[in-house]
Parts: sequence; structure tokens; C-alpha cells
Amino acid sequence: MAKVVFTANIQRYVPCPEVEVAGHTVRDVLETVFADNPRARGYVLDDQSALRKHVTVFVDGTMIRDRARLSDAVCTTSTVYVFQALSGG
Amino acid sequence: MSDTLLISTRKGLFTVSRKAERWAITAVDFLGDNVSIALADPRDGYRYAALDHGHFGVKLHRSIKDGWEEIAAPAYPPKPDGYEEKDLWGRPLDWSTARIWALEAGGPDEPGTIWCGTLPGGLFRSTDHGTSWEMIRTLWDHPKRKEWMGGGADLPGIHSICVDPRNSKRVWVAVSTGGIWFTQDAGASWVQRGEGMRAEYVAPELTNDPVAQDVHRLVQCPAAPHRMWVQHHNGIFVSSDEGKTFAEITGVEPSVFGFPVVVHPREPDTAWFVPEIKDEKRIPRGGKLVVTRTRDRGKSFDVLTRGLPQSHAYDIVYRHALALDAAGNRLAFGSTTGGLWVSEDQGDSWACVTHTLPPVYAVQFA
Repeated sequence: MAKVVFTANIQRYVPCPEVEVAGHTVRDVLETVFADNPRARGYVLDDQSALRKHVTVFVDGTMIRDRARLSDAVCTTSTVYVFQALSGG
Repeated sequence: MSDTLLISTRKGLFTVSRKAERWAITAVDFLGDNVSIALADPRDGYRYAALDHGHFGVKLHRSIKDGWEEIAAPAYPPKPDGYEEKDLWGRPLDWSTARIWALEAGGPDEPGTIWCGTLPGGLFRSTDHGTSWEMIRTLWDHPKRKEWMGGGADLPGIHSICVDPRNSKRVWVAVSTGGIWFTQDAGASWVQRGEGMRAEYVAPELTNDPVAQDVHRLVQCPAAPHRMWVQHHNGIFVSSDEGKTFAEITGVEPSVFGFPVVVHPREPDTAWFVPEIKDEKRIPRGGKLVVTRTRDRGKSFDVLTRGLPQSHAYDIVYRHALALDAAGNRLAFGSTTGGLWVSEDQGDSWACVTHTLPPVYAVQFA
């Protein structure tokens, strides 16, 4: 099970507690989280289901590259961090 | 007369109320958040607030009586596979709500209907008080939509929505930049309006092209819907035929540049503006903050200054930040430097409510 941790900054809008979920890609993992927490989806993904412009995701310390399809691999021991990007000010 | 104002600002939604003949801030909601616009629906008392969280996107909240709840924000449809659309710089145009820039109530015969204009140019309608939204694809898919450009922002946006008080199916929207668009069948089809407007910022061949017009604000007189007023990027224009044709008002002092315009609810020849020096500076002329008022369809203007700062004032008033109440006597406007002024005599005199608000985006009587 991968661990998913959300930035503290998102918590004041929508509670996003740390969770452990199964999945092989960032898309798998996040969609599983959003299935239980549907309001969080629009805070992380845009209208086209891509990562929002000023949100970043790290898997085991590496920033993901595929922001549109979220195909970066996740393994059972991974930690996925969802942060707000500095680019957004 | 309305005793309540909603002030949308860069750092929250402020409610300002009149008590004992004084106006004061009585509530603050969404403190710290960017509120791009709000709506108090006069038909049912519902309130709506559009938020832009920057990192986390555009959100919409609704209040009935017992506080605010987040509801669905208008969302763009999935881009078809393989479809590419570029902005003016050749970058992919995101089909995603970048800002909610207009919220307007539908007609009295369609309770719960709300219209919403957005950047990058999508128009949306809800028929259930904002619980769900439908994009008006006929306008988004109109081939001319791709000629819309940014104006003030990189992306084009719908900022003005006028619902015909005689027939709710007839709706005008104005785009910065993309001119005026009209439907007479509730959005099933659209035609361009706005012949007679003139654009100084395009090649001469395009000067009078209706789609090239940077309408800053479009308003319609409720009692005389044939009359529409436009504050345009390079002038003031007035229409007497529902926006089909416009005549330019020239020679207005201190300037014809500005963002907002409001029209009296029963007197179509009476309108107010907040002028400033155009592109090259965008500050009030001479550091004097003034409101201009015409009562004769633009033949003459009063320059209203009593109670407004007349020295070193650098307040800009955005297109939604000048409001007139339904009775047509009380005016209010807010500025980019956090000033809020109210007039109870059609602009003859003004009282400063505060000058320490966050930058003001929109002002509305509730």
C-alpha cells in the first residue's frame, strides 16, 4: 500500500488526511483517494483531470513528470506527497 | 432602497450594512481568500461567492441562511482526443475554469437559474441554484470564439451578462475581448452584436469589427431594455436598439477610459462612470478620484467630486466594482487600493466607508 500525504495548506479548504491506498500509478492512487473524498478531487486536478498548474506531486522524493496522465509509477512502499507548488506564489 | 452591500476582494467577502445612517462592515467571510465576484439573487435571497484559491483552483460557494456551503464550480468539458487549441502565444489553451468573472440571476420566471461567465471564455448556466452547471456549448463551439483574445488578462473572459427583463430567453453577454453576443433562444444559437463600436488597438482593417471590441462592461436599463451602455477600452458607447448598433460618446472630461458603468433602473439616459487615464498610466487624472454622470444620454456629464479624494488618489475601480441599488438612488464603489465610498443622492456626494479594504474586485447591493 502506498502512503499519500497532502500539504497542510489544502486542509483548511478540504480535509485530506494521510491515507494508505493500493495502485501502480499516481493516477491509480489519487483516484482511489478521491473515490472516498470526492471534494478533494477538484482541489488537486483541473477540469481535464490533469494536475493543477500550481500543484506538485512527489513519489519517493522525485517530482512526477507526467502531469496530464499521472502515469508515473508507484510501488507498495512508496510515499506520495501532494504539495502546493512555489510557482503559484 | 438597499441597506446591504457585498464587497468581493482579494482577501475575502465583506458585508457592509447601513445602520443609524452610517455604513459599516458587519461581516467577513472567506477571510484571506480571493473572492472574484459574488451574487445576491434578488429573487430568493440566495447568495453566491466565487473563490479563486490559486493553487487549488476556482470554487463556488452558496449561502441560503445558515452559512456557506461549497457547491459545484462550473467545469469545462473534456477536450476531445487529439484536439489542439492554442492561445495567442502558441501554448495549449487549457479547457479549465481559470476565473469566475460574472454571476447573474436568470429571469423572474425561471427560479434557480443562474448564469456564469468565466475565463477562458466559457458561459455556463445552472437551473438548480448552482448545484450543477451546464456549459453553453453553442457559444464555446462558435467558430468566432477562437478570435476572442485576452483583455486585461491573458485569457478572454465573459464579464457581463444581461437577461432581458421582458423575456428570459433573450440574453446578451460581453467578452473582453470578443465584443457582444446575443441569444434569443436561451443559448441555442448566438449572433454577434455591437456594430458601431470602434477599436483603437487593432489594425485599421479591424477597427470596426464587432469581435475585436474590448467591452469593459455592458449594462442594460431594466425599464427600457432597448438602452444599453458600454464602457469600452477606448470610449463610451450607447445603444438604443438592444445592442445592434452603438453610437460613440466623445469629448467626456476628464476621460472616456474606465472599467465600470451603471445605468439607472428607470431612466435609460442616466448612467455613471469612473474615469481614469487610459493604457499608458491607468490612474485617475491629476490624482483626483471622480465619478461622471450623464442624465441626457451622454450629451453632457457632471463630474462628481464631493467626498471623494482630490489629491494623490490612485484608486482604480474595476468593472464590477461600481454598483447602483434597485431604487436608483444609492451608489457604491470600491477601489484597487481598498477604498469604499457610498452615495445616497445619485452621486452628488460621497461618504468613505473605509480605505483599508483589500483590493476590491466587485461591489453589489444585496
